[in-house]
Amino acid sequence: MSQKEIVLHLYRSFLRASNKFSSYNFREYALRRVATGFRENKNKNESETKDLIKESMKDLEMVKRQSLINSMYSKNKLVVE
Amino acid sequence: MNRSILKLIKNNNYLKYNSKSAFNYASTQRRSFATIGQATKSKADEKKPIYLDMQSTTPIDPRVLDSMLSLYTESYGNPHSKTHDYGWTSNDLVEDARDQVAKLIGADSKEIIFTSGATESGNTAIKGVARFYKEKKNHIITTVTEHKCILDSCRHLEMEGFKVTYMPVKENGLIDLELLEKTITPETSLVSIMAVNNEIGVIQPLKEIGKLCKSKGVFFHTDAAQAVGKIPINVNEMNIDLLSISGHKIYGPKGVGALFVRRRPRVRIEPILTGGGQERGIRSGTVPSTLAVGLGAACRISREEMERDSKWIKHLYDRLLKGITENVPEVKINGDPEKRYYGNLNISFSFVEGESLLMAIKDIACSSGSACTSASLEPSYVLRSLGVEEDMAHSSIRFGIGRFTTEEEIDYTIELLKTQVERLRELSPLYEMWQEGIDLKTIEWDQGH
Repeated sequence: MSQKEIVLHLYRSFLRASNKFSSYNFREYALRRVATGFRENKNKNESETKDLIKESMKDLEMVKRQSLINSMYSKNKLVVE
Repeated sequence: MNRSILKLIKNNNYLKYNSKSAFNYASTQRRSFATIGQATKSKADEKKPIYLDMQSTTPIDPRVLDSMLSLYTESYGNPHSKTHDYGWTSNDLVEDARDQVAKLIGADSKEIIFTSGATESGNTAIKGVARFYKEKKNHIITTVTEHKCILDSCRHLEMEGFKVTYMPVKENGLIDLELLEKTITPETSLVSIMAVNNEIGVIQPLKEIGKLCKSKGVFFHTDAAQAVGKIPINVNEMNIDLLSISGHKIYGPKGVGALFVRRRPRVRIEPILTGGGQERGIRSGTVPSTLAVGLGAACRISREEMERDSKWIKHLYDRLLKGITENVPEVKINGDPEKRYYGNLNISFSFVEGESLLMAIKDIACSSGSACTSASLEPSYVLRSLGVEEDMAHSSIRFGIGRFTTEEEIDYTIELLKTQVERLRELSPLYEMWQEGIDLKTIEWDQGH
């Protein structure tokens, strides 16, 4: 896979994982932060992108863990939902 | 739900449809089946209000929780145990956290002491410094808009025999630097001025105050609970000698905070909590490793996110302010409109009573005045010290915007405020009189004999 494909696959995984947060505020923040993060690092060169990919794999694991915990203790929805 | 009753219905065709939705239909119709459904709306159906009270506390960032959980499950050792791996691991994690806290404010990790919160840090700093230097210096300067923990500590010191000057603030909430210079005497040991006010959000001129204090040889303490991680703070550039940090104001856990105590030039403190000599002897007691690691993670995340957060929060602040001023006339912002932290908007609505407005906008979780003083019926002392009139002080609401607030929540707030303020004003006789052009200050309320 080319680096561009890896990044796109990672982006989609992040969005899918972020949507699993049951808490409205965390879900919206995660989606927004992922988009901002990927947009900021749009124009990095190959070696920098490699490091960023490694770091974001760890972040992806964290999002998956936390969204699961969040859903275990979730309560009612907010008025804006 | 009662399965036997469901069977009864199905078998005897009491209802037209043979499905679960029919069962619900029956329950909403409140038939004679007393056990089906609930008479009142169950708690499970009620929706929670949106959270706009970031100054009282903040939700724990999922990344912070992630860093804390392993200490609750696996690395549960006492960080002060020097004889086994559990202790060493715990200690390493706590020292990492200490390093992160120090980096956020530009300090050295040896200068950070973990406490139970900003209240304890403030108590330790003020009482500790005052008591240590009391032979030669027994004067302390603070402001009238400080947090209750600082004001109360000063009050206690007054009872011990110290002299305390509570400096007034200007109408915009900021202190007058020339007045401060005149107030400092050769007997002054400490000046304590908070960085960002928790009720009105104004940012004090820390750099100038620090420079002034250093030139006069006076220690400078700042309660930066609302400021760390939100505005850039550097204790060396700003000449700060003592600084209080609160965990639960920067998306960290409740029950932990930190105190920065400068080592060069050394600030000596008489400790409040004595015991095993932990935390350089200033704060004895086992460091809560789980909470300390949470605080460290919160500080690290704040450092990385500060720019993004402040851009987002300013965007939401502008949206909220524009929405309110365009849709609701006769409102006034309390505190300087420019030199403020944009996550805090304190607005007074004329001709509307604060508590009744808070009840009317129950779908928004915000506060009028500060959480620590909301038990009393008096209007906030901070607003009164700004010179805000009593009726406006009573009708003030504080909105707190944070990292996790969304645009929809802001829009919802604006809509709700628009309708509720209008409704309450229609009920207000004062508003009627003002609309007719009567000057409210000329009204004789007392029918004297």
